[in-house]
Amino acid sequence: MCLGIPVKVRKILGSMADVETGGVTRQASIALVEDVRVGDFVILHAGFAIQKVDEQDAIETLRLLEEIGICNL
Amino acid sequence: MQFVDEFCSPGLAKGLVEAINGLVDRVDRVDRMDKKIVLMEVCGTHTVSIFRHGIRNLLAPSIRLVSGPGCPVCVTDAWDIDSALWLSMQKDVILATFGDMIRVPGSQAQKGEGANSLERQRVGGADIRVVYSVLDALDIARNNPTKRVVFLGIGFETTAPSIALGIRLAKEQGLDNFFVYSCHKLIPPAMKALLESGEVRIDGFICPGHVSTIIGAKPYEFIAEQYHIPCVITGFEPVDILQAILMLVKARDRARIGGQCPPYNKDQARVEIQYSRAVKPEGNVVAQQILAEVFEPTDAAWRGIGVIPDSGLKIRQEYSQFDANMAFEIPQTHIETNLSGCICGKILRGIAVPLDCSLFGKGCSPEEPIGACMVSSEGTCAAYYKYVRYE
Ligand code: SF4
Repeated sequence: MCLGIPVKVRKILGSMADVETGGVTRQASIALVEDVRVGDFVILHAGFAIQKVDEQDAIETLRLLEEIGICNL
Repeated sequence: MQFVDEFCSPGLAKGLVEAINGLVDRVDRVDRMDKKIVLMEVCGTHTVSIFRHGIRNLLAPSIRLVSGPGCPVCVTDAWDIDSALWLSMQKDVILATFGDMIRVPGSQAQKGEGANSLERQRVGGADIRVVYSVLDALDIARNNPTKRVVFLGIGFETTAPSIALGIRLAKEQGLDNFFVYSCHKLIPPAMKALLESGEVRIDGFICPGHVSTIIGAKPYEFIAEQYHIPCVITGFEPVDILQAILMLVKARDRARIGGQCPPYNKDQARVEIQYSRAVKPEGNVVAQQILAEVFEPTDAAWRGIGVIPDSGLKIRQEYSQFDANMAFEIPQTHIETNLSGCICGKILRGIAVPLDCSLFGKGCSPEEPIGACMVSSEGTCAAYYKYVRYE
C-alpha cells in the first residue's frame, strides 16, 4: 500500500499538478513537497507527491553500481 | 531517465548478485560456520518486489530474507474493521476507503454471521465508496451535504501526511460532514516491538523506502545504536534491493573486522540510505509538520501482534470535530477474533512463513482469504501464494 511511482510534472496549477508516467496523465496534489517545478520527477503516492526524485543522485548511484559490476568481472 | 528501467537492469543486478555472493562466500569460509544471515524486509512492497524478481533464488543459501509487519492492510486490527463496518451501517453515512481495505475480514469472519467485510456490507446495501486519494473523499463530502462522509484512514507514515492535509483542508473549507476514522500506524515503534520480543534474530533491516521519504533516517537510529543492527533505507526496483543487501552484508563484514565472529564489533552498526534519489536524511519536513499538526501518537493494536505503545496516530484536539471516534458512538465491545488456524500474527512477527499454515492454499487463497495477510496483494501469504506455491 505504500506503493509510490516516479512521475514527471507537466503542468502546475496552485497546489495541484498534471503528472505523467508512461504516457498517462493524471492530477496530483503537490502540497506536501516544496519547490516543485515543471519537468521535475516526483514520487506519487495515493494522489499526492511525497518527495522529489533527485535525478543527479540517480545517475550517480547507477554509475557506482556499474563499477561494482566491472570489479566483479 | 524514468528511474524504473535503469534500476531493473539485468546487467547491474548480475554484478550485484556476484558481489553479494562473493562476499558471503568469503565470510562463510572464514567463519567456518553454518550461520544464516537473516535480513528482514519490513515493507510489503519490498516483499512483493523480492518475489516478483526472484531475488531469493539468486542469493547464496546462507542469506535468508524474512518478511515483517509492513503492510498497513494486514496489520489493521479486526476491531478496527468491525468499527468501520458499524460506521458504514449508520444512517446517512457514506464510508470512503482505499480499495485495499474492502475485503479485509472483521472479527466475525469465520462465523458467517451476516456481513464480515466492507465488500459484503456493500452488497448488503451500505454506501461504501472506493477512493484513490483523500481528496476524492473530500469531494464526496462536498457533493453530498446531507450525508456524513467517513474516510477510513489506513496507512503508514507514507500515507498519513496526505490524510492530515485532507483534514486541514476540511477545516479551512468549513466541511462539517467529513470525518476520519484513523487507523494509521507507525513503522519504527513496530520494529522496536519486534526486537524487544526477542522472538526473531535479525542481522539487518531493509527499511521501507517510501515511509522514509517522509520520516528520513533518524527514526531508525535507535535500532543501530541500541540493538546494533544495521539498517538500509531501500528503493523498490530489483537493483535497489540487491544494492541494499550488499550494503547490509558489507556492514556485517565491517563489524567483524578485528573482532571475534560473533560477537560483532557492535558500535559499527548504522543507518544508511540506498534510496538516496528519493530519501533525504531529514525526510520530508513539510509532510512531517502537517502530520504533527493534525495527529499525535497513540497506542495502537496491530493484528496478530497486539497493542504497541505509541505506534498509531490519533487526531489532535484542535481537529477533533473531524474525528469519527468523537462524532459517532462506536461500540467499544471488543470481540475476540476467532480465525482458527490462521497464523498471520506469527508471519507478521517474522517467526513463521505461510507454508507453515495448514490453511495455506487449502481453504485460504486470495479468492477466499481467511486472514488479512492473504487479502492484501502486499500481504506475505498473498505473495507466497502467487510466487512460491509451486516451488
Ligand atoms: S494462509 Fe491464510 S489462514 Fe494461513 S496465515 Fe495466511 S492468511 Fe492466515
